[in-house]
Amino acid sequence: MALLHLKNLTKYFGGLAAVDDVSFDVEEGSIVGLIGPNGAGKTTVFNLITGHYVPDKGEIIFDGQNLVKKPTHQIVSLGIARTFQTIRLFKELSVLENAMSGYHCRMKAGIFACMFKPRWQREEEKRAIDIAIKELEFVGLKVDLEQKAKNLSYGNQRLLEIARALATSPKLIILDEPAGGMNDQETQELIQLIRNIRDRKITVLLIEHDMNLVMDVCEYIVVLDNGKKISEGSPEQVREDPRVIEAYLGIDEE
Amino acid sequence: MNRKYITTIIVIAFFLSPLFLNSYWVDVLNNIGIYAILALSLNFILGDTGLFHMGHAAFFAVGAYTTAILNTMYHIPIILLIPFSGITAAIFAYLVARPIIHLRGDYLLIVTIGIVEIVRIALINNIFGLTGGSNGIFGISRPNLLGLVIRRPEHFFYYIWIFLAISVFLFERLRNSRFGRALNYIKEDEVAAEGTGVNIARYKLIAFVIGAFWAGMVGNIYASKMTIISPESFTFWESVVYFCIVILGGSGSISGVILGSFLLIGLPEIFREFSQARMLAFGLAMIIMMIVRPQGLIPPPPRKYDVYMDKKFAEN
Repeated sequence: MALLHLKNLTKYFGGLAAVDDVSFDVEEGSIVGLIGPNGAGKTTVFNLITGHYVPDKGEIIFDGQNLVKKPTHQIVSLGIARTFQTIRLFKELSVLENAMSGYHCRMKAGIFACMFKPRWQREEEKRAIDIAIKELEFVGLKVDLEQKAKNLSYGNQRLLEIARALATSPKLIILDEPAGGMNDQETQELIQLIRNIRDRKITVLLIEHDMNLVMDVCEYIVVLDNGKKISEGSPEQVREDPRVIEAYLGIDEE
Repeated sequence: MNRKYITTIIVIAFFLSPLFLNSYWVDVLNNIGIYAILALSLNFILGDTGLFHMGHAAFFAVGAYTTAILNTMYHIPIILLIPFSGITAAIFAYLVARPIIHLRGDYLLIVTIGIVEIVRIALINNIFGLTGGSNGIFGISRPNLLGLVIRRPEHFFYYIWIFLAISVFLFERLRNSRFGRALNYIKEDEVAAEGTGVNIARYKLIAFVIGAFWAGMVGNIYASKMTIISPESFTFWESVVYFCIVILGGSGSISGVILGSFLLIGLPEIFREFSQARMLAFGLAMIIMMIVRPQGLIPPPPRKYDVYMDKKFAEN
């Protein structure tokens, strides 16, 4: 059984079907790309998976559990972490604290433990810092711990979002246009990073406009157009598929 | 190190000040203390979590009236009523905040103004025949701390300021924990906070409940200090004053809020002889402050972590 299984997923905005009867599987340990022209419904699919929207129809099964109607924070603790298309960091807080926020959902300390700081609470706090630093090191931001997040470069802000998502110790990480605003060299490093994430047995699902990145890093690709799935398969299969070419380039109507 | 020295000296001098101040000025300091604790409890909601809450006097009122009613009717000692007043205010906050917790910014602000007005009008109308209408409740007893009756302003000075010191200690600990960080994540970006696994509705609600719990306890102190309470002490305007203390002092900053209380409550007393003109100057000062220093007098200092230190050692 696939790690993530979408079945007949449908979401309307007003009368418009933003996502229309979309089904696909994400196998455990794979890198899957979700592509399509602007407005195809890719981000809506992500928002449905992560619980920001509730689907009008269909099922989302993750690791044997139905995610529909579960609140976002609970979906995160079940093991799905995400990054945002427009960077959403906690700008005024330090890089370390941003990364620590991911581990929040794995911590137990409540209000009284935070006030009276028993030993286990202090140890938990230490563990949170260790994990945050480990993930920052993994994405290559360890030198900037004390900086405010807003002072990082654009590319580094994207990396910090990935570190924050990894700190939730996810089974599946969802990347929404991770290469947006990155230069060529940063993109190359990102490709390597995505592979390293997969090597840690974390499944990757990503939306990306940069076709080179998608074709290079993804093992399986799902193509959406106007809310519908029009193709899926290996990068080679998708590239040759006439429906995909039509969606991206248009077709002569003769 | 030097700074720490100076702070210690100031704190000690402050705690000795009733020895050489007359009762009037000690009472001014007591008022400042009461406002400071109230503003600190509001700071939890407004400063740390970023929720625009302008009805904090409602929670203060619930605490004060709980103490007044139970003390005058059943003669329960004031000290025992401190936690009880906190709890009733907290329960009240939970009930009113729960349905509105998802509201954002200005919408929340309007609803909280509504809450404080409803409470005030309910009190004036002698709700359940308990609150004594617009005359309020009188004859509240003084706190009796293990045989020592707290009566004179000097007594209240230590009573209030030690309570404040304990509050500061606990709030500072909360700030430097998972809990305090979660509130800040919500303030910075709600969507991102939820998306990284913070249960934002729950944390917002807890912020309200804790802030109200503290305001309720201050209500107890206030009731026993005044021995008479009436609805006019819990108006919308009072809520605005707490709000201004937090914003002026520095949202989320404990030392900023205490400084803000000294300025907003203490300064008008010093310039009392200028009567109406002082309020004009005051309003002007507020406007200028908001233009030149919108983050407040003392913005919250960044949290410190041991690893920052380690890193610097490693570099050397």
